[in-house]
Amino acid sequence: MATVPESQATLTLEQLRQLAYEWGLTPAEYDRILAGLGRQPTVTEVAMFSVEWCEHCGYPKSRNLLALLPRESPRVRTLVGSDSGGCYVADDLAVLFKVESHNHPSQVEPYQGAATGVGGIIRDIFTCGARPIASGNSLRFGPLEEPHARYLLDGVVRGIGGYGNCIGVPTVCGEVWFHPSYRSNCLVNAMAVGVARADQLISSVAAGPGNPVIYVGARTGRDGIGGCSVLASHEFGEGEEKRPTVQIGDPFTEKSLIEACLEAAASGHVVAMKDMGAAGVTCTTSEMAAAGDVGMRIELQRIPRREAGMEPWEVMMSESQERMLLVGGKESEQELIRIFQKWGLNAVVIGEVTDDGMLTILDHGRTVAHVSAAFLTSPPRYDMPAEEPAYLARTRAFDPASLPEREDYGAVLRQLLASPNIASKRWVWEQYDHTVQTNTVVLPGGDAAVLRLKERPPFGIAITMDGNSRYVYLDPYEGARLAVAEAARNLAAVGAEPAIVTDGLNFGSPDKPDRYWQFREAVRGLADACRALDVAVVSGNVSFYNESPEGPIHPTPIIGMLGVLPDVRCHATVAFNQDRAKILLVGGAADASSLGGSEYLAVTHGVEAGRPPRLDMDCERQVQVAVRRLIRAGLVATAHDCSDGGLAVALTECCIAGGRGAHVRLPHQPNAAALFGEAPSRILIAVEPDQEAAVIAALAEEGAPFALLGEVGGDRLVIEGALDLSVAELETTWESIIPRAMSR
Amino acid sequence: MPIGVVIFPGTNCDQDTFHVLKEVLEQDVRYVWHAETDLQDLNAVVLPGGFAHGDYLRAGAIARFSPVMDAVRQMAEAGKPVLGICNGFQVLLEAGLLPGAMRRNEGQRFVCQFVHVRVENGDSPFLRACLRGQVLRMPVAHGEGNYYADPETLAGLNASGRILLRYCTPDGTVDPVANPNGSVENIAGICSAAGNVMGLMPHPERCSEMILGSTDGRLLFESVVRSLTERRPL
Repeated sequence: MATVPESQATLTLEQLRQLAYEWGLTPAEYDRILAGLGRQPTVTEVAMFSVEWCEHCGYPKSRNLLALLPRESPRVRTLVGSDSGGCYVADDLAVLFKVESHNHPSQVEPYQGAATGVGGIIRDIFTCGARPIASGNSLRFGPLEEPHARYLLDGVVRGIGGYGNCIGVPTVCGEVWFHPSYRSNCLVNAMAVGVARADQLISSVAAGPGNPVIYVGARTGRDGIGGCSVLASHEFGEGEEKRPTVQIGDPFTEKSLIEACLEAAASGHVVAMKDMGAAGVTCTTSEMAAAGDVGMRIELQRIPRREAGMEPWEVMMSESQERMLLVGGKESEQELIRIFQKWGLNAVVIGEVTDDGMLTILDHGRTVAHVSAAFLTSPPRYDMPAEEPAYLARTRAFDPASLPEREDYGAVLRQLLASPNIASKRWVWEQYDHTVQTNTVVLPGGDAAVLRLKERPPFGIAITMDGNSRYVYLDPYEGARLAVAEAARNLAAVGAEPAIVTDGLNFGSPDKPDRYWQFREAVRGLADACRALDVAVVSGNVSFYNESPEGPIHPTPIIGMLGVLPDVRCHATVAFNQDRAKILLVGGAADASSLGGSEYLAVTHGVEAGRPPRLDMDCERQVQVAVRRLIRAGLVATAHDCSDGGLAVALTECCIAGGRGAHVRLPHQPNAAALFGEAPSRILIAVEPDQEAAVIAALAEEGAPFALLGEVGGDRLVIEGALDLSVAELETTWESIIPRAMSR
Repeated sequence: MPIGVVIFPGTNCDQDTFHVLKEVLEQDVRYVWHAETDLQDLNAVVLPGGFAHGDYLRAGAIARFSPVMDAVRQMAEAGKPVLGICNGFQVLLEAGLLPGAMRRNEGQRFVCQFVHVRVENGDSPFLRACLRGQVLRMPVAHGEGNYYADPETLAGLNASGRILLRYCTPDGTVDPVANPNGSVENIAGICSAAGNVMGLMPHPERCSEMILGSTDGRLLFESVVRSLTERRPL
């Protein structure tokens, strides 16, 4: 085919090229398209390339580095699909999960941005034939004192709740962190988890020429056009109005879509299924066809529309929500359509699978695009120039020991508890339904959420999300390793064995060498840490261009990690709930170096510098193995990771959760490092007195370092030589910070 | 005869309720699609939680027009147990099977937390396994649970023992601090004049197994089952 009839024939070649640039393609990319096609593209084709080759869909600037991540683990059988990934819990039961960012839409319109972020990630789960059983989220905002940050937090939390609560998927874990670098570019990373019987897993690989291609779900409108290529793939400029590129969510349709898609999957008639996420029809048709080495012939006029007069390129670029594309088996149309109509959803055959590898898009009989699916889904890959950021010389040179010791430790602890980064996030998670589906065994607010698997008792899973971006800012490689270690430690602290990771990589512009260097180092650290802990990265998301005229965000890799409990009844929580229980710290002591990049430095000295705490991966593994063994043996029911705010904050949280005090005596004279240092590889546990000997023997056998710290009891937290405070008062401080700020 | 669990498009606690009835209480149970019109095979019916028809407009306002609601009304009139949980309660109010109305939570926010409720009438077929004054610990999860009835209706409900559950402190004191949504007189659950239709905001199906932290919700389902098997007058 030499030329394709042009539906928008009024554009000159130069105008066409300018349009391509406007939609985010570079001159070199445009030339590559011309060469690949051997002719001028149509407007529709330019639109398709612009979305398929943008970073959000095609990962041209990150793909090479992402190849470093381990996709398999020696301990679990993994599943890596195009929409989400997972592992087998038992021979015939799989769990899948994925994290995805919706940062820019949430900054522009927090409610809908966050809501559609949840909707999109949930679709990535059930598109695989898996029932969504849980979700989580990781949020970053500017300082809570600022009205705009509170406006965004309020809208994002309402949006996540408004969508997630309606679809009946419990939001069970997450984190919220505040820092000036997110002031003009908040982060909203949503994660979803699903479970599927192995024989009901559905791929996104189109197959079988002649098979019907079926469009299901909501109608297509003009919302979200350019959401991925224009909004997500550029940094925020000044005074831009991007609200029109944000999609609008309809959770009721999504809930019906979940049920209908799972019913369809169970019917045996579905060959392949894919969510119309970013880039909608373009992305599903091209990626499904390319994955199966087949083509597709699509009749665009058959797609249900929400508004009249849409141009073909608008239909191909629209990011209207709650839509899916299915490839059905031969002569399965009627049965599949019946299922979707039962749920009140559109279901229309819009084309068929072909054997020519071409994506042929027709509009009322006129060809508006005719392009190889393989070419369209093979964006160029770039190794971007990388250069160490200048600020690191300054931050590395800082020695926390150069600061005067604050000796009013009680006041410091209260100050830390009042820091929004450490304060209770109950205000957030109580707005999310976290008990629907009746699987939530350990509620939000602890180290990790624990869910039972009704499909396979007594198995359970634990999930957590972590990412201390201050550490990553101060040392991207070490910071990423620390994030992986902490996520794994959180799982160990509830008794789970870490299995799989989904990574949400949020960075600044990859076109700027110092930002790209952060990205490269963080990915290296992530890959090394995952290998060291035998966990596989089965899915993930890259979000670049998180910056504004004020500068980039702190580099923020979010680690979603999922672990397995062979018997969900044997788990631990953070609560000190037995008087006279012995308190032990498993792991080493925190020295002065563990104050680098700490919340203590930031809160009490206003300093964000130093090197992040050192991580010894051997010690980390030993500590995790030992604590997990104790929990599984039923010897320990209370465990808590020591992280932000150090040992003193961890003790406080255990006391508050159990409504009990504690009397603690540290092995050495207390100082700021021992109390508030954030040395990794430490887990606080509580042990009933008659189990103390057995626990100590088990710890010695594992070779894990530990120290006996004291005992649970009373209504005060006493750390000898350092502080003596009422738990009720600490609780009031810790619980009231965020609600008070949000009622302002 | 089975117990029915109604599914409207948007219902999301159907499987949870089914699970408790089937796996925990080992009852005969079947799903009821909202388009069904004949429920004569059922012994009792549960309208579970969720967002029926998206709860657009107002919770339960569209669901009341679902075809199944006529059959539910007939069951109510025949004296069979009809239980509405959370969104099911909202639907029963909208359908006029229970008096009063639901408003947005006082704080204008969705609230998901464990609460305590006090049993106000242990003679109800839905609370037969409990004692009057007993405190139950159950989760709530709703954005519109702020129950309202006019003073006259309230007086009638109080006088006839039709207020079944009130939000309370862990020691059983009915106090505004224990009220999660601003509900009038801390009301968490009520029943019809004949006693066989009950609506409540807390989720008993979410606290019927030890692994979930409370089995208090089971008492409610056990009461229904006992009422059915003992064939005591409702």
